[in-house]
Amino acid sequence: MRPAEEIDVSDRSLPPFHEKIETRGLKASFGSNMVLKGIDLRIPENKITAVMGPSGCGKTTFVRCLNRLHELTPGATVEGEALLDGKDIYDKSVDPVDIRRRVGMVFQKPNPFPTMSIFSNVVAGLTLNGVRGKEVLERTAERSLRAAYLWDEVKDKLGNSGASLSGGQQQRLCIARALAVEPDVLLMDEPCSALDPTATAKIEELMTMLKHDYTIIIVTHNMQQASRVADYTGFFYLGKLVEFDETARLFENPREELTERYITGKFG
Amino acid sequence: MTGLILLAVAVAVVPLLLIIGDVVAQGAPAMSLAFLTNTPTPPGVPGGGIASAIQGSVLMVGLATLIAVPIGVGAGIYFSEWPESRLSFLSSFTNDVLAEFPTITLGIFVYLIIVLATRSFSALAGAIALAIVMLPIVARTTEESLKIVPVSLREASMALGVPRWKTVLRVVIGTGKAGLGTGVLLSVARAAGETAPLLLTALYSPFIPRSLFLPAGSIPYLIYYYGLSPFADWRTAAWGAALLLVAFMLLLNLTVKVFIGRRFSGVRAEF
Repeated sequence: MRPAEEIDVSDRSLPPFHEKIETRGLKASFGSNMVLKGIDLRIPENKITAVMGPSGCGKTTFVRCLNRLHELTPGATVEGEALLDGKDIYDKSVDPVDIRRRVGMVFQKPNPFPTMSIFSNVVAGLTLNGVRGKEVLERTAERSLRAAYLWDEVKDKLGNSGASLSGGQQQRLCIARALAVEPDVLLMDEPCSALDPTATAKIEELMTMLKHDYTIIIVTHNMQQASRVADYTGFFYLGKLVEFDETARLFENPREELTERYITGKFG
Repeated sequence: MTGLILLAVAVAVVPLLLIIGDVVAQGAPAMSLAFLTNTPTPPGVPGGGIASAIQGSVLMVGLATLIAVPIGVGAGIYFSEWPESRLSFLSSFTNDVLAEFPTITLGIFVYLIIVLATRSFSALAGAIALAIVMLPIVARTTEESLKIVPVSLREASMALGVPRWKTVLRVVIGTGKAGLGTGVLLSVARAAGETAPLLLTALYSPFIPRSLFLPAGSIPYLIYYYGLSPFADWRTAAWGAALLLVAFMLLLNLTVKVFIGRRFSGVRAEF
C-alpha cells in the first residue's frame, strides 16, 4: 500500500474552457457579518454550473452578487471583483441596471407579478422599460414562452392572471420573463425547491436545452439535482469555495475531505 | 368568557347604532331636495337649505385633497422605499407627530401664516388647514400599503433591469394601489368631518362660495353654528346636515371595505 501523499493529483487541472464570469476575491457582507469570504471562481460559457452547499454557506448570496442584487438589501456590501466577459461589473463606471439586463435571474419561489396577465408578465422587462410596439411585444412573448416550453400550455389564455397558473408553470413563466430581455447569463436560485418532482423534471430538462444559448448558474442544496443537470459544480461551505470541478469528477472523486463528507451525507 | 366578549362588543357597537339612529330620526324630517339645493334663510323663514355649506365643504375638501394627495403619496413612497435615509426617518417621525396633533392648533397655525397675512378668513386658508390634517393620513397609509408589497416582486422587477424608480412607480405602486386608494378615501372622510381646523381659517358664510379668498361655509361648521342657535328650524337643519355628513362617511367607509376586499380576495389581470 502506498502512502496517501503519493496519489497523483497532477491531472486534476480542469480542461481549458472559455469563462463567461470570473470572480476574484469576491466578498459579501450584511452589515458586519461577512457571508462570502473571498471567492475565486471561473464560470464556463454555455454550460450549467451548480453552486452547491448546505444552508447558510453563501451560495445564494454568491449568485446575487453576480447581477448586483445583493447590494439592494439595506446594509449589504460587496468587495472584490466579478468579471463579466472580462469587465468588472463592480467598476464605478458600470450601471447595475445594465448588468441586470445581461444577467437574468429566476428566484426560489415563483414570483410572477400578481396584478399582471401572463402576457404582461412575460414582456414586463420590456414594457416596464418603456417598450411599446405591440408587434415586438407579441413576438417576444411567443419566443420567450416557447423557449421556456410554456407556449402550448398558455397560448390560449395569455390574458389570464399569471397567478392563475400552477407552481411549475409560474416558475417557467418567470424563466420566460427572464429570457424576454435577452440576457447572456441566467442565474437560478434553487428554482425547483417549491416544485413537485414532475415540475422539477420539466425545469431541469428546460435548463439543458437553454444552455446552448445561455450560461446558466444554478444554486441548489440538492446533490442529485446538481449531478443531473450541471456540467460543473462548486461546493461552498461557510462562505468559502471548497472545491470546483467537473460535476462527475467532483461527485465520484472529490479532492477535499469536506466535499466528500458532504456528498456522502455525513453533514449538511 | 364569551359572554364578556359579547358584552364588550355590545358596548362598542350600541352607542354607534344609537347615534346613527338618532341622527336619522332627527335629520330625516329636514331632508328634501330643496334642503340640499337652497341657500340658508334667516331663522323663521321657511325653504332654507344648506347648499352653500355643501359647496363650501366640497370646495375646501376638494382643494385640500389636491394639495395633500400628491405630497402625502410622495412622502409615503419615500418613507417606504428609501427608509435607510436619515431624512426619511426624521420626516417619518414628524409625520407621526403631525398625525397626533390637535387639529385646532393646525387651525391656529394657518390663521397665523395665511389669515393674518391676507387679512381675511378664506376658503383657501380652510383648505390648507384641512390639507395638513389629511397629509399624515395619506402619507402613513401610502407607506403601509407599499411596505406590504413583497420584496420578491421588487427584486423580480429589478432583476429584469428595471431601474429602482421605475420599479417603485410601476410595480410597487401598481401592486399597492388599492391600499393607496383606501388611504385617500379615509383622509377625505376625516377632512370632511373636521370642524376645528376651519374655526380660525374658513370661518363661515351663508353664501355660495364665489372666491377662494372669502370666508366659506362648511357642513361641520354649519352643524356647530346652527346646533347652538336658539331657533328650532335652524336646529332641525343642523340635524339634516349631520345626517348628510354621517351618510357620506358611511358611504366612504363602505367603499374602503370594498377596496380592501378586492385587495385580499385575489388578483385582477390586465391584459
